[in-house]
Amino acid sequence: MIEIRIHGRGGQGGVTLAELLAKAAIARGKFAQAFPSFGPERRGAPVMAFVRVDDKKIRVREKIYAPNLVLVLDPTLFDIVNVAEGLQEGGTVIVNSAASAAELRKKYGWPKAAQVDAAKVAMEELGVPITNTTMLGALLKASGVLPVESMKAVIEDRFGPKLGPKNFKALNRAYQETRLA
Amino acid sequence: MPKRIGIEVSLAVADAVKMAKADVISAYPITPQTHIVEELSTYVANGELDAEFVPVESEHSAMSAAVGASAAGARVYTATSAQGLALMHEILFIASAMRLPIVMTVANRSLSGPISIWNDHSDIMTERDINWIQLFVEDGQESLELTLAAFKIAEDKRVLLPTCVNMDGFMLTHMIEPIVFPDQAVVDKFLPTYKPLLTLDPKKPATLGPVGVPEVYLEAKKQCEQALLDSLDVVKEVLAEVNKTFGRKYDLVETNGRKKAETLFVTMGSLGETCWSAVDNLIAQGQDVGQARIRLWRPFPVKEFIKACKGAERLIVIDRAISPGSVCGPVAQEIKSVFYGLKDAPEIVNIIAGIGGRDVPVADFEEMYRLAKKRKLAKTYTLWGLNSNA
Repeated sequence: MIEIRIHGRGGQGGVTLAELLAKAAIARGKFAQAFPSFGPERRGAPVMAFVRVDDKKIRVREKIYAPNLVLVLDPTLFDIVNVAEGLQEGGTVIVNSAASAAELRKKYGWPKAAQVDAAKVAMEELGVPITNTTMLGALLKASGVLPVESMKAVIEDRFGPKLGPKNFKALNRAYQETRLA
Repeated sequence: MPKRIGIEVSLAVADAVKMAKADVISAYPITPQTHIVEELSTYVANGELDAEFVPVESEHSAMSAAVGASAAGARVYTATSAQGLALMHEILFIASAMRLPIVMTVANRSLSGPISIWNDHSDIMTERDINWIQLFVEDGQESLELTLAAFKIAEDKRVLLPTCVNMDGFMLTHMIEPIVFPDQAVVDKFLPTYKPLLTLDPKKPATLGPVGVPEVYLEAKKQCEQALLDSLDVVKEVLAEVNKTFGRKYDLVETNGRKKAETLFVTMGSLGETCWSAVDNLIAQGQDVGQARIRLWRPFPVKEFIKACKGAERLIVIDRAISPGSVCGPVAQEIKSVFYGLKDAPEIVNIIAGIGGRDVPVADFEEMYRLAKKRKLAKTYTLWGLNSNA
């Protein structure tokens, strides 16, 4: 079972990211769960979302305490939240940042890091600094949990014929540009 | 062909109500609500569901409108949660006394105060004695299928009682997971159009819900309770039909883990799944443990429960509500009553866990097992996770 914790700020689309990933996994015949951090969410406040993916029925309804992967949508969170809390040995922190993966890994002592400048990609591809679909590309690159193609249908379903292909393109570009360290 | 998709469980329940072709939905979107009625209001607004959506001004009115519509012969649905259910309180008794087959989802949450929107069973346990059929589900698939089943059970001529499907707030309502959707044709065959026995009809005047003077009140109450007791066989029958139609293995009480295990966990609702994983881990460690999962809470399946526990020396009963001033939580009270005076009754320990949304991970169940086995748990009940410095 792969357990993923997503850190973002309220309004950045972390819950949608979790939802898209789980739906794509389920569409490929896998089992998955996606859920928000339960409670009142406030725009701009640090929030979390969670995803589990497995090949068999998932019979756990606890929070995710020891993720294999952590994804961070907002680089301003590194210094106020311990995003790597509970991260499994050999786990990866996947970040939206202009700094290099090696630099971030060293600075925060993460076991592994995956980095893409998702804000830049999102601005250029979508015209808005919403990085959730872009960061999905980085997550797929860092984890190989699903092939990139598997995201196409769920993204187009979620964002429609106009924005869907743009978001999928941003995802693809992020997949290419993600650097691992 | 059945379709398997990833969907939020609340939305799947809304789809179940759509597939059940409910005629009237009354609801008040008080906090906390779920996406169920929101989605249903969309279905009605865009013509996907030919129903009357009654946006009322309170949950008290939501249940009152449901009573009126059901008395007029409609297939009626509503959903609620916590304080909303509490506000329905007095009308819940009217619905059962009038034998109205209303179906309601209760997204189980704690009652305030302190103000809470998180999950436990304190809302429904407060409404234990409303004479409704009360089912509990463990996952999204069951939420969809037992919502359909609830209509079939409630509307059965041998039953005619309101039925609520309890699904854990957040833990299920806000979870995206794989759910297999049946074809509409299969649902139509499973759940034909509702044909009421007696309705409010100006052309055929009748009185529903009149005064019960002391000479008849008791008899009316007894009839109502008898209907609830008799509904057990119908629930069983309908579950068997669900199993046949949708390929499941639902039962009034379900078991997993080792057969005739020395220690059995007893759970109700979605914590059952997490506990199941703990039971599997414990068995892998060589422990003699199993689990009984209660699906039907009212009427309580006494015979079936005793059978499920046969051979067990110890039951660890997990409650999700506090019964202040009592000797233990409501589920443990029930089970102690069931076993009272029986030969070979097991030792019954009670753990009240997951109160107000407190997480209960797999490892906690394993710890509960170890403490119970060493007899380190209180004879009354243990409030799990209580910070004793508080």
